[in-house]
Amino acid sequence: MFLFINVKFKDILDIDKLHIHRHKVTSIVGPSGSGKTTLLRLLNKLNPFDSGDIFYNDQSLKDIPSIALRRNIVMLPQAPPIFEGSIKDNLLIGLKFSEQPLASDQQLMNMLKLVQLNKDMNEGTHNLSGGEKQRLALARVLLMAPEVLLLDEPSSALDEDTELVIINALVNYTKQNNKTLIMVTHSKKIANQFSDEIIEIKNGSVINHEEG
Amino acid sequence: MEGVIDLELWQMISAYIFVIILLFIVKARGISREKEIIISSVRMTLQLILTGYILVYLFNYSNPLYTIVVIGLMEAFAIYTVFKRTKSKLSIPLKKIIAIAMLFGTLSSLFYFLLVVIKITPWYDNRYFIPIAGMLIGNSMTGISLGVTKLVDDIYQQRHLVESALMLGATPKAAVKDIVDKAFDSAILPTINSMVGMGIVFLPGMMTGQILSGTSPVTAIKYQIAIMLGILGSVSLTVILFLQLGYKTFFNEESQLVLPE
Ligand SMILES: Nc1ncnc2c1ncn2[C@@H]1O[C@H](COP(=O)(O)OP(=O)(O)OP(=O)(O)O)[C@@H](O)[C@H]1O
Ligand SMILES: [Mg+2]
Repeated sequence: MFLFINVKFKDILDIDKLHIHRHKVTSIVGPSGSGKTTLLRLLNKLNPFDSGDIFYNDQSLKDIPSIALRRNIVMLPQAPPIFEGSIKDNLLIGLKFSEQPLASDQQLMNMLKLVQLNKDMNEGTHNLSGGEKQRLALARVLLMAPEVLLLDEPSSALDEDTELVIINALVNYTKQNNKTLIMVTHSKKIANQFSDEIIEIKNGSVINHEEG
Repeated sequence: MEGVIDLELWQMISAYIFVIILLFIVKARGISREKEIIISSVRMTLQLILTGYILVYLFNYSNPLYTIVVIGLMEAFAIYTVFKRTKSKLSIPLKKIIAIAMLFGTLSSLFYFLLVVIKITPWYDNRYFIPIAGMLIGNSMTGISLGVTKLVDDIYQQRHLVESALMLGATPKAAVKDIVDKAFDSAILPTINSMVGMGIVFLPGMMTGQILSGTSPVTAIKYQIAIMLGILGSVSLTVILFLQLGYKTFFNEESQLVLPE
């Protein structure tokens, strides 16, 4: 689904060849500063890369309009910001930005349940804990139901038990809906337990790619 | 003009004596601002004397070329002041847009005003042209300065929010909509505030001037109303133009947020 050929970005990333497969759960691991976030950003067309090419479904990213691409390939950043307004506003904002029909309250409630967020959605967001905010941001992108999810450490603010529950729900959701999930994780345990493929990055290069 | 007291030299001197008394008070209270007060009083005096002579000359010799030169200088000075006043870093494309917005916003308001509302003939009659141009350009300059500062600062401060919106499939326009709206509010607020207080809290300078120089208050008020609407229009138009074009300079053709370092 994604194919990297000789991609270089400053002196941060240098990938000769990399294949990421459709309908799979792929984890990206590696030390801090190795270029994991940068890799996701390139897939979301947030940075221009210097040379080489990335293909999505055999089409060069350069030929796909950025906004259309980002509506199919949605990224959740490492420290997702919360927007103004209530929990509900925050859930709906992805749909609004991507100009999709809004979801019903029932759908919103189901999504909150999926991320284990037991809150009244008309409440404000000021009192949410760090981990709750992270799950709210996750729910926001899941609601958009994009073809590909790019998640940058989606469970970094969660305790181990909650993390397992959330990642498990996330993987089930991906499989059931025939989505492709690419996530950066700092936890080798999560990567081993849940992913079909693991890409290990060091100093901007892929040093290991376990295909399932 | 009948009934107007022209100020004699000694009367002017007594106005300065007033400032000198003020200086003593400031000094006695230990507020160290004498230098600023002296410099700004002298500067104001020189500027106004110079302007007065230029205006006398221009009013006596109305000529389209002079008018164009004067308005060109006013615009250039105003645009330069916006660049200077804004503490935030401005990219070259953004500076161009500030200039375009100022020129187009103020000039179209000015000509509408002079030719459609007041209907002056000839169009370059300096007695009308220059003071009205001054008011429209001056107020638009203040408005756009506030708008520029707010827009640039907020985009830098909220870059993560803006990028996050892009990641959710937002167009650049949607991603910065709240920021642009707030920049417009902050740019237009001083104009709105001065409209609200007008006639109650204070008598606007132009009207005071006209009344003192013998114009009937009714005529003065009509002019004042017309001018205020003109100012509101010119400020809004300038700021809207700036914002609609300006936010785009923060994105490239791939809809990526690019902030100059
Ligand atoms: N736009 C940029 N310009 C210059 N350097 C950058 C840019 N973006 C990231 N970097 C640098 O590139 C390197 C890789 O950053 P990246 O955020 O991809 O790391 P990461 O693997 O996600 O790390 P972490 O696990 O800490 O999140 C870092 O040294 C970072 O400082
Ligand atoms: Mg990272």
